Amino acid sequence: MPRPGSMNGNSEKSKDFKGSMVKIFNSLNRWKYILIIALLLACLSSVFSIVAPNKLSDLTDVITKGIRPDTKKLGTIGKKISSNFKEDKLKSKIPTIMMDKSISYEDLNKFNEIMTKMSTIKDKKKASKLIVDIPDSILIKLMDDIYVDNIKISSKDQVKFLKLMSSIDKSKVNNKTLKKFDKLPKSIYNLVKPKIDMSKVKSISLLLAILYILSSVFAYVQAYLMATVSNNFAKRLRTDISNKINKLPLKYFDKHETGDILSRVTNDVDSIGMNMNQSLGTLISNVTLFLGAVIMMFVTDWHLALTAILSSIIGFMFMGLLLSKSQKYFNRRQKELGDLNGYIEEVYSGHNVVKAYNGDKLAKEEFRKINNELYRSSKTSQFLSGIMQPIMMFVGNFGYVAVCVVGALLTMNNIITFGVIVAFMIYIRLFTNPLSQIAQAMTGLQSTAAAAERVFEFLDEEEMTREKKSKLLDKSKVKGSIEFKNVKFGYNPDRVIIKDFNAKAKPGQKVAIVGPTGAGKTTMVNLLMKFYEINSGDIIIDGVNTKDLSREEIHDLFIMVLQDTWLFDGTVGENIRYNKKNASDEEVWKACKTVGIDHFIKTLPGGLNSKVTDNDTISQGQKQLLTIARGMIKDAPFLILDEATSNVDTRTEELVQKAMDKLTEGRTSFIIAHRLSTIKNADLILVMNEGNIIEQGTHDELIKQNGFYADLYNSQFEL
Amino acid sequence: MLKLFKNFSKKDILIVIISISLIVLQVYLDLKLPEYMSAITRLVQTDGSKMIDIIIKGLYMVGCAFGSLGTTIIVGYLASYLSADFSRSLRKKIFDKVQSFSTSEIKKFRTSSLITRTTNDVTQIEMLISMGLQMLIRAPIMAVWAILKIVNKSMEWSMLTGVGVVILLSTISILMIIVIPRFKIVQKLVDSMNNVTRENLTGIRVIRAFNAEKFQKNRFENVNNDLTKTQTFIQRSFAVIFPMINFVMHGLTLGIYFIGAFLISEALMYDKIMLFSNMVVFTSYGIQVIMSFLMLAVIFMIAPRSQVSANRINEVLESDISILDGKYSDETDEKGIVEFKNVSFKYPDADEYLLKDISFKVNKGETIAFIGSTGSGKSSLINLVPRFYDATRGEVLVDGVNVKDYKLNTLHNKIGYVPQKAVMFTGSIIDNVSYGDNGKDKPSEKKIKESIKVAQGKDFVESMDKKYSSHISRGGTNISGGQKQRLAIARAIARDPEIYIFDDSFSALDYKTDKVLRDELKKYTKDATSMIVAQRIGTIMHADKIVVLEKGECVGIGTHKELLKSCEVYKEIALSQLTKEELENA
Repeated sequence: MPRPGSMNGNSEKSKDFKGSMVKIFNSLNRWKYILIIALLLACLSSVFSIVAPNKLSDLTDVITKGIRPDTKKLGTIGKKISSNFKEDKLKSKIPTIMMDKSISYEDLNKFNEIMTKMSTIKDKKKASKLIVDIPDSILIKLMDDIYVDNIKISSKDQVKFLKLMSSIDKSKVNNKTLKKFDKLPKSIYNLVKPKIDMSKVKSISLLLAILYILSSVFAYVQAYLMATVSNNFAKRLRTDISNKINKLPLKYFDKHETGDILSRVTNDVDSIGMNMNQSLGTLISNVTLFLGAVIMMFVTDWHLALTAILSSIIGFMFMGLLLSKSQKYFNRRQKELGDLNGYIEEVYSGHNVVKAYNGDKLAKEEFRKINNELYRSSKTSQFLSGIMQPIMMFVGNFGYVAVCVVGALLTMNNIITFGVIVAFMIYIRLFTNPLSQIAQAMTGLQSTAAAAERVFEFLDEEEMTREKKSKLLDKSKVKGSIEFKNVKFGYNPDRVIIKDFNAKAKPGQKVAIVGPTGAGKTTMVNLLMKFYEINSGDIIIDGVNTKDLSREEIHDLFIMVLQDTWLFDGTVGENIRYNKKNASDEEVWKACKTVGIDHFIKTLPGGLNSKVTDNDTISQGQKQLLTIARGMIKDAPFLILDEATSNVDTRTEELVQKAMDKLTEGRTSFIIAHRLSTIKNADLILVMNEGNIIEQGTHDELIKQNGFYADLYNSQFEL
Repeated sequence: MLKLFKNFSKKDILIVIISISLIVLQVYLDLKLPEYMSAITRLVQTDGSKMIDIIIKGLYMVGCAFGSLGTTIIVGYLASYLSADFSRSLRKKIFDKVQSFSTSEIKKFRTSSLITRTTNDVTQIEMLISMGLQMLIRAPIMAVWAILKIVNKSMEWSMLTGVGVVILLSTISILMIIVIPRFKIVQKLVDSMNNVTRENLTGIRVIRAFNAEKFQKNRFENVNNDLTKTQTFIQRSFAVIFPMINFVMHGLTLGIYFIGAFLISEALMYDKIMLFSNMVVFTSYGIQVIMSFLMLAVIFMIAPRSQVSANRINEVLESDISILDGKYSDETDEKGIVEFKNVSFKYPDADEYLLKDISFKVNKGETIAFIGSTGSGKSSLINLVPRFYDATRGEVLVDGVNVKDYKLNTLHNKIGYVPQKAVMFTGSIIDNVSYGDNGKDKPSEKKIKESIKVAQGKDFVESMDKKYSSHISRGGTNISGGQKQRLAIARAIARDPEIYIFDDSFSALDYKTDKVLRDELKKYTKDATSMIVAQRIGTIMHADKIVVLEKGECVGIGTHKELLKSCEVYKEIALSQLTKEELENA
């Protein structure tokens, strides 16, 4: 059913339809052969459904041929009978009739009367008409049995025949005639009765059955293959996107929203898979159908072909007009649906505020407005999309009538047979249906292209440079010194936020990073982990410049425990082991014990094998402990730790803090500090504001400076 | 579903009746069509028919087609009017109902679910009415009528049609039985797909830090494989449907012709032509019958989904409201007094009390603070004041009157509430700050600017492009969390309330802003009472009264100094944030 831009709002237009399609086909290369087979099958299936009506028309012709009585034979029978009335024959018979005592006197008189009448009429034809008036008793005697096709027609039957024929107006054969024909004597009836060539019926039917079966089987195999290809294609795209995520620089993710990328993996890829599956096959088979129908129509009869096409085109022009007009309403409806959704979300999620501020009246009024707008556009768009189908039907019917009327005219003039009309009745359907299907497939492809554009846009994003392992450092031998030399960094090359940063940390030292929210504390994490490249300057680990190390090697040197307790949907054990799959259970338990979460894990129904998804059983603080345990297992010379413990009750917080302290032991640590104890004990404090490192030194030094840090520190317990 | 349709007005019912009669007319015309078709066929078949007869029949047929189109358009218009109008009023009903909900009902349904119920579920019903209702009425009428027309024409043909219907319907039902459970699986797999991808994105730093890209990739591929397998299976199963329909339709035509050939060959001459034109007509009736059954099958597929939606909507509409409006709307003698008298609270369906026997009183101009670990009941406690919930036992009094007796508007006019998560509405900064209605005139621009200044928002607002008229986008995504919080506080100030309620509203602010803001606020609203929930000791240290909560019980009331001495829990919390000497120095 053509519902352009229907409820799901798939009516998006792509910016570069051609380009996206080319890209899609390029990526479909590996399924080339299956695709070609599928599309070939689609063509064949269509060809069969086009050829079929022709065969059906043949079948109809065979049947129609068997409907009319054999008028030729009627003629020969008539002639043979009339040969009984040749003058010489009559003359030889009349005497015997006159002598026949079984014939009544009146009949004889009548016979004489007619004979005299006949002799006065010069026109032989008119004269012969009088024959039927001869009384039956005499007529029978007058005629001999005749043989047509070796079948005997008795004189009695001949009389019946004559009588019947005389009552028929020969200029017109209509239903009444046929009804009379049915009363013909058996011998003649059998001769003239219409005969359907049953063997031909059978052979054509068999052929048709085979065609239909093949057409359906091909269509099925085509759809089956397309489903296979499109789903594998979708899978491939998802894999590509997932792989791409790993190859993109972090910069990308800081600029783009998670939801956006997520919707590319699911919605867009789904839309590509679904639409391609339906559209491509539909498009090919319908274009074939359409072209085939046009060709076949012209081959069969050009008069009717023109009639069919002309009558449909008027309809389609009207449709096209309607469609272009309606697109506007679909888009508007989509937009208003979005507006309404947004407004509802706002009001529902702000329910408390709406209530507490007595905003209900306002909200209701605003809602009424948006709701009314939506009502208007959805009424129109639904109406328009609803009448597409009936209009198509009408176009079909109109074409049908046109074909019938013109076809009848042509049949009567013996230009075409009736079978041709029957074929055209189907052609007109084959001709009108594909057009709407093609239109639908095109909108399908449009949204495929739009979705593909977004997916390919993502896949074409610039990747991080590839690196080889340098093998300059052996993780087990790294002591843990780190030095920043004239480091300059900015997220945008033209906006440097860290200007000329110098600092040094000896193995095992503690570096605290402090600053107000949004001061850019994660920037330090980004630089240390080489998530971002520094603009200039050097970061040196154990004498080796990080520029010469691969990202992977650097990551190996760091344990990172961040504030958001990232756990994946797996078991507790899997989450603690994480990438160190070969870690033994003892190692895991040891880490848990050190962190102090072993008791809790033991209370879980599945122990290490219980799932972490059940959010209810594992609290935020416990999750934090799990991530610390994960760090323990990894074991590396450097540590990046975000101390924030939000949403954690006091008891757990204590546990977490103890665990964190354990983790820092013997490691060069960078701590995003939230606790005063950390700050005070730190070997180095980096004070950040607005992205830059504005002060550095020990606690006492910084307090003495009486600058930003001192201010920040004091405000914590001042009112 | 039927329950929802009770919402139809008399006018709607009239429209439905008109639609039904139009549909009957339409079916009549659609079925008349093949008759003219057959008449034309017969005329063409018979020698000596006059061209004019064919044209007249043709005109009749076009007339029928046109009439059918006309009625369809009218019905289409009525249906879209009905569905749009019905869904509009349904949305309004749901929205109004949700507006009257208390927080516990919102919690029960969950906001996201309420949103889907107001939008998607209604759209689902709308679809059913606009398409389904037409089909639902048309298909059975068509089926029955078409069957009546053909059934006496030939037993053989009718049986063949019956076989066609049975084959199609059984194929579809077998498919549905196989496929529908897999739909649910796909939904689950799509969810896990989303989850794994979200994991990959949110945990990107962790994943890279652990060099665990491959690990995640394997997890992703597992789901990806499962999803692809299930989806391929479903689509492959569906691949049967269209070829099957085509085959049955064509097979039916062929079968009718084939049987027809035999019937005609056996018949008398007069009957032959009758039979022949019947045969042509029968094929189109037969197809109509099959199509009607197909449509019914489609409806049976849509209907359960709409039924689910209808149920979800009804749940909302029929849900009882736990907070009922009171009657008291007079001025009170006292102002700014909040008193809790032995208040206990639990959620309606819960077994355990969240608050147990809490009593305190705060007077005009005083600041009272609540502290405790998560789950201690701080937020639940202050939610009782604006009646987001009602106390299960005991009394909450504002200005000496039980909050349950107030008209909600009157009660809310006394209160300036700032939630933990600042709520922003689409609109300008002025719109946001002057939001709502407090029974007085809308705050002046001067008042709004002042409020923003007090809330420490002046600098950032004035640095914005259009200053106070700057647009806040949906959900306040174009400003930071701290900025949102400041505007939310300004909103409360602009309201000029007797009682401020800050539900952990300062945590999004850094220490410094937090402090300056509170200082300014104190100066600006000397007479107002403040109730503050906080996590930072620094925020509440200097409150007139601090209530320490632990597992719903009040374990201490007093000033900072008193509590440090007397309350173990308070001391613990304090020490976890500040060192001993820092506490004593303060």
